[in-house]
Amino acid sequence: MSPLLDVTDLRVTFATPRGDVKAVQGVSLSLEQGKTLGIVGESGSGKTVLSRAIMGLLPLQGVTQTGSVIYEGDEILNAPNARLRRLWGTHIAMVFQDPMTSLNPVLRIGQQITEPLKIHLKLDRAEARETAISLLTQVGIPSPIERYNAYPSQLSGGMRQRVMIAIALACAPRLLMADEPTTGLDVTVQAQILDLLATLQRDRQMGMILVTHDLGVVATRTDEIIVMYAGNVVERAPTDVLFSQMAMPYTEALLRSTPRIANPSHTRLLTIEGRPPDLSSPPPGCPFAPRCPYAQDKCREAKPPLTPSSVPGHSYACWFPLGSGTRTDGKVGVA
Amino acid sequence: MTDIISPDIAPLMPGMAASSIDAEGDPTQKKLGIFFWICASWIVFVILMAIFAKVLPLPNPTFQNYAAPQNAGPALGHLLGTDDLNRDILSRLVYGARVSLVVGFGGAAIGMIIGGIPAMISAYRRGRTDTFLNTTSYVLLAFPVIVALIVIIDFWGRSLPKITLIIGLFSAPLIYRVIRASTLSYATRDFVLAAKALGASDRRILAREILPNIMPTVVSFGLIAVATIIVLEGTLAFLGLSVAPPTPSWGNMLDEGSTLLSGGAGQNNPWLVIFPAAAMFLLLITLNVVADKLRSHFDVTEIKL
Amino acid sequence: MGKYVGKRVLLLLIIIFFVSIAAFFLVHLLPGNPTVTILGPNDTTANAAALNRQLGLDKPLIQQYWIWLSHVFQGNLGQSFTTHQTTWTIIKQAFPIDVELIVISQIIAFAIAVPMALKASRRPNRMFDQVSNSTTFSMLALPPFVIAPVLVLIFAVHWHVFPGPASYVPLTQNFWSNLHTMLLPSIVLALGSITVYFRLLRNDLISTLQEDFITMARSKGLSDRRIMWRHALRPSSVSLLASAGITIGGLIAGTLVVETLLQLPGIGYQLISSINQDDYTVVQGIALVVAVAVVLINFCFDFLFTVVDPRIARD
Repeated sequence: MSPLLDVTDLRVTFATPRGDVKAVQGVSLSLEQGKTLGIVGESGSGKTVLSRAIMGLLPLQGVTQTGSVIYEGDEILNAPNARLRRLWGTHIAMVFQDPMTSLNPVLRIGQQITEPLKIHLKLDRAEARETAISLLTQVGIPSPIERYNAYPSQLSGGMRQRVMIAIALACAPRLLMADEPTTGLDVTVQAQILDLLATLQRDRQMGMILVTHDLGVVATRTDEIIVMYAGNVVERAPTDVLFSQMAMPYTEALLRSTPRIANPSHTRLLTIEGRPPDLSSPPPGCPFAPRCPYAQDKCREAKPPLTPSSVPGHSYACWFPLGSGTRTDGKVGVA
Repeated sequence: MTDIISPDIAPLMPGMAASSIDAEGDPTQKKLGIFFWICASWIVFVILMAIFAKVLPLPNPTFQNYAAPQNAGPALGHLLGTDDLNRDILSRLVYGARVSLVVGFGGAAIGMIIGGIPAMISAYRRGRTDTFLNTTSYVLLAFPVIVALIVIIDFWGRSLPKITLIIGLFSAPLIYRVIRASTLSYATRDFVLAAKALGASDRRILAREILPNIMPTVVSFGLIAVATIIVLEGTLAFLGLSVAPPTPSWGNMLDEGSTLLSGGAGQNNPWLVIFPAAAMFLLLITLNVVADKLRSHFDVTEIKL
Repeated sequence: MGKYVGKRVLLLLIIIFFVSIAAFFLVHLLPGNPTVTILGPNDTTANAAALNRQLGLDKPLIQQYWIWLSHVFQGNLGQSFTTHQTTWTIIKQAFPIDVELIVISQIIAFAIAVPMALKASRRPNRMFDQVSNSTTFSMLALPPFVIAPVLVLIFAVHWHVFPGPASYVPLTQNFWSNLHTMLLPSIVLALGSITVYFRLLRNDLISTLQEDFITMARSKGLSDRRIMWRHALRPSSVSLLASAGITIGGLIAGTLVVETLLQLPGIGYQLISSINQDDYTVVQGIALVVAVAVVLINFCFDFLFTVVDPRIARD
């Protein structure tokens, strides 16, 4: 079966007064119908830019996009807005990060859901209303009829996010992109939202891309994971492989820095020291080198390419993947 | 009558609410630019002409010179032509500038003193005086100014000092509000508290800490106030309610020019309308440009901090 | 929300009260004796005294105020000394003209300012935006008394596109002639409003367009037009309403000018003629009515705020 989405060597550069910022530096991925892909990285890793670029939502001024994004066999990168508009909502939809700012505060919830229904599916008022209420029910909003007439500010964070999902799913898209859908929500609500997304995806057989900084979010809900750092893919693997055989030190660091509820209280929160590199003038060599506890000279001089490992579907960009040597600080590496 | 600063500031002056000629968000706009200096020079030029009017080689503006051509267009002897009473237009324009400038700057000055100084003091001190003055200014601003001005000036007298005083008084509430808002935004800042903690007197704080900071707003808004007052006086003059003829003012020149428009054939002298209109336009636009450039110049510096 | 409205209504009443005092005293503190006006300076003292008593001018000022106020509540605003029409009749006859002027001018202003702002805010600081910014800025330097004579000169005298002064035709008589007469003055009035509306709306739109919900709306596949009108304009129209309230003051001055210039028998024209004839009762009545109208209009605009943007009512 040909993939739903096929991205090849996507590069996104922003022209700023300080120089060109290379936000995405050659990312390739593909997604099949009914599968979930997780894109994980810190803020500034380029994951949000990547998701918007795939969808075509980046502004045209000052942005250069090269590479290829093929959706259902058609090239959509740099396509004219008119063409993209036909896809947005009906084929590809996005759930945005902050539901408070992503929902129009002066329009009622119902209006915001029925809008794409009326425009794309040409439903009339009554049909659209029924469909909207049914959507609200599907996403688990209690008293959907009351909520239909409410304003976004009258709902809690979790409910707003559910409304966002309802809006995204309104016209039954084939590909759903969820950009940090649970950031800022209560931990318990997070789980609910993620379960909801998983259920809906299964029921509708959508392809889903889950963008997040939290490895815990993608651990059990994705089929494949891409780890991004400073605009590059640094590791990619099927989910179980990634967690059991991670090769890139950055992935290991990410995993270790994720706080877990199961940990005893006062467990020290581990952080990754240092900061992501300046994307307007990336240093030579591996972008993670300055912060990597295993970095060697070669890491700082030459940028490691994404190489496949012995496990199928797993590739990583590291000269000295985990398990291949000792840490430079003398401590034993974790495989 | 809401508390948003824009509608608050501008019952008299839509120009203020309407903001800048520089399209917003241009962070590189730091210099004042050649356009600014051209406009500023024009204003200075007009002021100088008005001050030295008597010394300039101009014919008497109210002198009906029957030797001169009537309703003539621009010519050598009369650079901007003559009107229907054989008076020299250029001369009338220069003397007319006096009226606009005196009322404009004088009125604004009066408004600043009566409105601005109490604003600074009461905004800084807060308390009952401040609430009282604030509510009063709210109430005063509710009354349509032009109506009040018309009635008062007509009944009280149409001399230049009286007009200047009245318009100045009526501009006080608005100036009060703007200066108050400006002072408030500085009065609560830390450096003021620091000065207070060092034992500085109120007067010193107002003069040394607050005044220098609100000065850009004061100057730029002051120029807008001047422009608005000039418009007010011009409107009154046009309605026949400013200085009495034969004293020229740009407004009453437009008034005379307009009545001739509706007159019969042979009376049409378009220059009577065009020249005062052009003079008014140039003065108003230069004032607005200077005020606006000053404002954005100082706003940008603030943001950089 | 109820408390909010209650507070505003109270403030409104206080203001109206002060306005009435102002309107009354405005005229009464001034020199000039109405008796002299009516009877002429050469009358006998007996007649003058009688008239004084009749007009209630011999009573103390405060008492005169209350008498006048009670008259006002009964709908009696006095009558003109010269024409002997009641002030109320004069106002009633003149009033529709002003309403028409203001309505047409605001329609023109919105019709020009809103699309212009929508277009300018899409590409800020580019050509269209800069041009429209400069153009509207220059309108600030063209107040009614400057631009009206110029426009009349060009379009009425020189080119005969519009009729000149003293050619008003009432709406009821001939619709198209009436519009023909009113169009030029309406354009004059619209200019000031255009500047304010355009500028405020453009600035507001630019910041609204940067909000997340606009990107979200794009991702729904909505057309740019729909996004501008439906999603961006609504939140931004708050400032538009605010600015509509501001322009009232300028509109009054403008109507005075155009009515005087073109001799349109509106309230402004009546006000000026009454002043010229020292007809102080009429002046007082008109001043009061106009002032109260302005206050009420401002109040209504404040109120509309809360309808358009539910966020404000909640504060």
